[in-house]
Amino acid sequence: MKAPKFSYVRADSVEQAIQLLALHGDEARILAGGQSLMPTLNMRLSQPRLLIDINRLDVLAGISLHGNRVRIGALTRHAVVASSPIIVEHLPLIAEAMPHVGHVAVRNRGTFGGSIALADPAAEMPACILALDATLVLQSTAGRREVRADDYFHGLYETAQWPNELLVEVLIPVQQSTSVSVFMELARRHGDFAIAGIALQLVVERDIVADARLVYFASEDKPTLAHGARATIVGHRIDEMIANAAASALENDLSPMTNPQASSKMRLHLQRVLTRRALALAADRVRRA
Amino acid sequence: MSEETLQITLTVNGEQVTRMVPVRQHLVDFVRMDLGLTGSHLGCEHGVCGACSLRVDGQVVRGCLMLAVQAHGAEVVTIEGLTDTGEIADLQEAFVNRNALQCGFCTPGMLMTCAELLAQAKLMDRAEIRAFLSGNYCRCTGFHAIVDAVETTLRKRLQT
Amino acid sequence: MLDKSLASPFAKPNSYIGRTLSRAGARRAVAGRGRYTDDITLPRMLHAAFLRSPHAHARISAIDVVDARRQPGVAMVMTGAELAKLCTSPWVGTLTCFPGMKSAPQYPMAVDRACWVGEPVAIVVARTRAEAEDAAEHIHIEWEELPAVTDKQTALDPTSPVLHPELGDNLAFRKTIDTGAVDDAFAAADLVIEETFDFGRHTAVSLEARALLAAYDKGTGKLTIHTSSQCPHMIQHVFAHTLGVPQHDVQIIAPDVGGSFGLKIHTYGDELATTAAAIQLGRPVKFIADRLESFVSDIHARENYVKARIAVSKAGEIEAFDIDVLSGAGAYSQYPRTSVFEANQILNITGGPYRHKHFRARATVVYLNKPPTSQYRAVGHPIGNSVGEHLVDQAAYALGIDPIEIRRRNVFPDDAYPAVTASGIRIKDLSHQRCIDALVERMDYAGLRDEQVRLREKGIHRGIGIAAFIKGTAPGPSGYYGVGGAPISLQDACVIKLEPNGGIICAVGVTEQGQGTDTIMGQIAATAIGVPVESVRVISGDTDATPFGGGTFGSRAAAIGGEAVYLAARDLRQEVLDLAGVLLQAEPGALDIVDGFIINRADGVKRLALAEIGRIGHYQVGELPGSVQPVLSHTRRFRLIDDLYIFTNGIHGAYVEVDTDTGFIRLLKHWVAEDCGRVINPQLADEQVRGGCVQGIGGALYEHCLYDEGGQLQNGTMADYLVPMADEMPDIDVIHVETPTSVSELGAKGVGESGTGAAPAVIMNAVNDALRPFAARVTAQPITPESILVALGKI
Repeated sequence: MKAPKFSYVRADSVEQAIQLLALHGDEARILAGGQSLMPTLNMRLSQPRLLIDINRLDVLAGISLHGNRVRIGALTRHAVVASSPIIVEHLPLIAEAMPHVGHVAVRNRGTFGGSIALADPAAEMPACILALDATLVLQSTAGRREVRADDYFHGLYETAQWPNELLVEVLIPVQQSTSVSVFMELARRHGDFAIAGIALQLVVERDIVADARLVYFASEDKPTLAHGARATIVGHRIDEMIANAAASALENDLSPMTNPQASSKMRLHLQRVLTRRALALAADRVRRA
Repeated sequence: MSEETLQITLTVNGEQVTRMVPVRQHLVDFVRMDLGLTGSHLGCEHGVCGACSLRVDGQVVRGCLMLAVQAHGAEVVTIEGLTDTGEIADLQEAFVNRNALQCGFCTPGMLMTCAELLAQAKLMDRAEIRAFLSGNYCRCTGFHAIVDAVETTLRKRLQT
Repeated sequence: MLDKSLASPFAKPNSYIGRTLSRAGARRAVAGRGRYTDDITLPRMLHAAFLRSPHAHARISAIDVVDARRQPGVAMVMTGAELAKLCTSPWVGTLTCFPGMKSAPQYPMAVDRACWVGEPVAIVVARTRAEAEDAAEHIHIEWEELPAVTDKQTALDPTSPVLHPELGDNLAFRKTIDTGAVDDAFAAADLVIEETFDFGRHTAVSLEARALLAAYDKGTGKLTIHTSSQCPHMIQHVFAHTLGVPQHDVQIIAPDVGGSFGLKIHTYGDELATTAAAIQLGRPVKFIADRLESFVSDIHARENYVKARIAVSKAGEIEAFDIDVLSGAGAYSQYPRTSVFEANQILNITGGPYRHKHFRARATVVYLNKPPTSQYRAVGHPIGNSVGEHLVDQAAYALGIDPIEIRRRNVFPDDAYPAVTASGIRIKDLSHQRCIDALVERMDYAGLRDEQVRLREKGIHRGIGIAAFIKGTAPGPSGYYGVGGAPISLQDACVIKLEPNGGIICAVGVTEQGQGTDTIMGQIAATAIGVPVESVRVISGDTDATPFGGGTFGSRAAAIGGEAVYLAARDLRQEVLDLAGVLLQAEPGALDIVDGFIINRADGVKRLALAEIGRIGHYQVGELPGSVQPVLSHTRRFRLIDDLYIFTNGIHGAYVEVDTDTGFIRLLKHWVAEDCGRVINPQLADEQVRGGCVQGIGGALYEHCLYDEGGQLQNGTMADYLVPMADEMPDIDVIHVETPTSVSELGAKGVGESGTGAAPAVIMNAVNDALRPFAARVTAQPITPESILVALGKI
């Protein structure tokens, strides 16, 4: 399948990119890593009028630590994020998730921001940044604005981002010494879209869960913070009983989808299994810390 | 809409080339059709099978997911170039000896990915090798022979 | 590892039979110097794209290509109706060897009605593939949707729409085999196990998709086609006859083929359309199927629903099998090999390893508004073996007999041959007992059983699967194809020549797709003559340069093609010795050829180089008496005489772990002990088994063409149709037991499909073995995590 015709611009500045977005709106597409956009073009599933190639905008790439927040530039390649010492040390949830993101070649080109802006329900990075209570920074000709991850993911490929906005960076609070995180997913084959997944971060003080963010992905049309499950574990020590309670609470937190990959019953079941396993692993990590 | 074209200049297998290309043409079609480097193959154009794997600026990428125009100013290495430099001559020999290929269609892409594995110069067990190759489809070998060839080569290189 | 049960006539020094040699083709391929059809460029070449039906069943009320013809770069747009006028006749995919089967005539592109999503409707030929696709979007079609038949369970109901009204109903074929007294056997049996099985529809997913480049020279009337086909001579016949070009003016060349697996033994309407366009335009036209269109235009296979039962005595003796097969074909019976072969094969081979006397098998094949089905690696065997071997395991469990033991009690003993199976298949030269012994030892069966028990106590659920099989390879002309009316040769041939330098040219009618056909033909020729294998060059895959043959399918290359090479090479050797005898004034019988030299048998002294025979035979022929005319070119053909197939046998073992919380399966290890007769190149034989196993595992666990009620394929992309990848596959240990076939001198049988034929059976058995403590079973493939959790009652 060969891509349909489109116009192409190699943006040489963020200004230029956002001006073109302002001009063309949703008839333009940002070309960053291309790992999700190019297949849709090759299959003629999307027919944009204009591709805005932002791969030269080095200012949008890079990882740095500012106080207690990590800044990840939207154009940073997954492979760079995965091997960054800052990420490994301060955001182990992302480091743990990275081997599940596609394959080596996909991680070499695919970008952190690209994955988030696409908001595929089965994607790993959106789930991680939601679990980590990240802040997304969007830029348009109207200026910059910040959106919390909580407010960013609306639905299937739908985010709080307007067509004229560019995701420029993600700001993520570093994991504290009292925090523990776990990432798990189930996929039929390594690198496939997950059919169930969990990204969790707990704050544990003297063995008691003080706070929790339990994010479930690949079961609904967006990554979901499970409030019911959270309520069952906050204020408690993690043990098998609590893990079971959290798993049961998912019934009210999640309305999983059914598609050829898995039914909603299957997804709910798997999310429960992952809940038990992830909490057991979290407890184990707390003990070892 | 008419066919938009752009001039690109890039280095392919150590040689500088300049061509006028349709902006919608992907990198593998470019190297195959414009440069006659037919060693890279197309198996899906979805970015899933890995037959199109190329090295761009030192890293293995899905060639079908990059536009040729994006490679302007880049260094591209195809299987032909990789062979000419001898960088993986030992691996290629191991593939032949172990019959780690049958129809050969996945092989250039597979070797590209293996080249990146070997470049890490890290000892890996069979499970790790399989995980690294998990994005390269082979229908003929069932993968066992490929893992054997990579494992043998890796061990020899790391002298263990 | 070879078990030479008979002293091999090929065990002499310098014999290449039984030797692992690497392939010359491999050296090219690792350097990126393969030459596949899409790598070939011809002057003024154009590219084809197709408009395909988006509907499973719809009438074409109107088709307007005027707008499309005006698009940039377009050289031609042709509709199905226009193409039909260029065809001498439509294709009808029936064979007389399947009495009673019926199929509607099929034109290469839909004329007034499309019958499956993906059926080609119009061809666009343009400067580039991209432009052809652009132009195709400007073809305007008025569709009138018709009710579609998509469920094989209801396809024969009177209320179901009839796909081809002239056929009366949707029945393609029915067959029954009834041997012995089945009803009595079941009535009297100590144990009856009954089960239903469901097998998902598959497609081959060769990494190189279908490809064809046609060029017609108006001046000479020659049609030259490069195509990724396993069967150049068949393509030559079909395309010549369909397009009205004399067959001898058609050259088919199969360059490097990037995977085939039976997908590429068939004829396809889009390829025929491409050729017709090339003839009309007088310019080369190339068609490379892309991945999306491959999923809906390649042949499909395996869609079967089977009800089956087994009758067993309490001593564990299998008394009878009774199977009922419902096969979902596509919209037409694929021309020329038909869409009923798979069902027919299931009837032939289910329970094939065993000595029961009572067997009833019924097959019903129905038409559906889906892509046509036809032969794909191991045809029918994955289904028949899964059914038979599951029932044998279940009987073993019910009787408290070990699964290996029950098989030992029931297989044909190694000295039982010749014999006839209850399905009426004549079998000989098999080795079930030796294979069972080899497997049990290699996999440490007893050790695995112990480990299984220990781990179960810890809540880790592992399963051991066993699956015995017979496999029909190397079909003979008395059974199918030629005798049934198909233009497919089940003989094969070799032309072998001595060159002036002493080199050997060996042209064969079987073909290479990377499995090593060329290499083993070279090994056979070199051994038969007595030359280094480097002296032999094999030519294959070109109808201008090779003798008429059948190509490669049904695991026939080594057995049929190899024998033709062996016989022709021996003829050449004899002529060389005769000539040497004249030149040396010696008895030919006192001479031998070793390593390219004519030597004295008695003392091994070198007398003449083969190059001398070449020089004299071709140039300095005056050195021979006038009564001696060197020919130095020999042709031989070989075929099976009465046998339907050369049957092989073997047994798989599998060790798996089932996560009973998630339903996910880990494949820990796989073993195959099989008998393909004389092994020519052990490494190549091993690798055929390995690759075949993984392809079979794909069917057992991953692959499924998912159709909705409307006949739309829901998962027709590489991301959604799951093929086995490296991280999930096991290491595979292969053992060869060698019982040469008595039908040929070489003694080689087929090996290419033994992995695929029984891997699904062994995986299903292993999974069910793991699930035994839960009284849970799965009998539908692909086995998914969801189906396991459902079986366990967890969802």
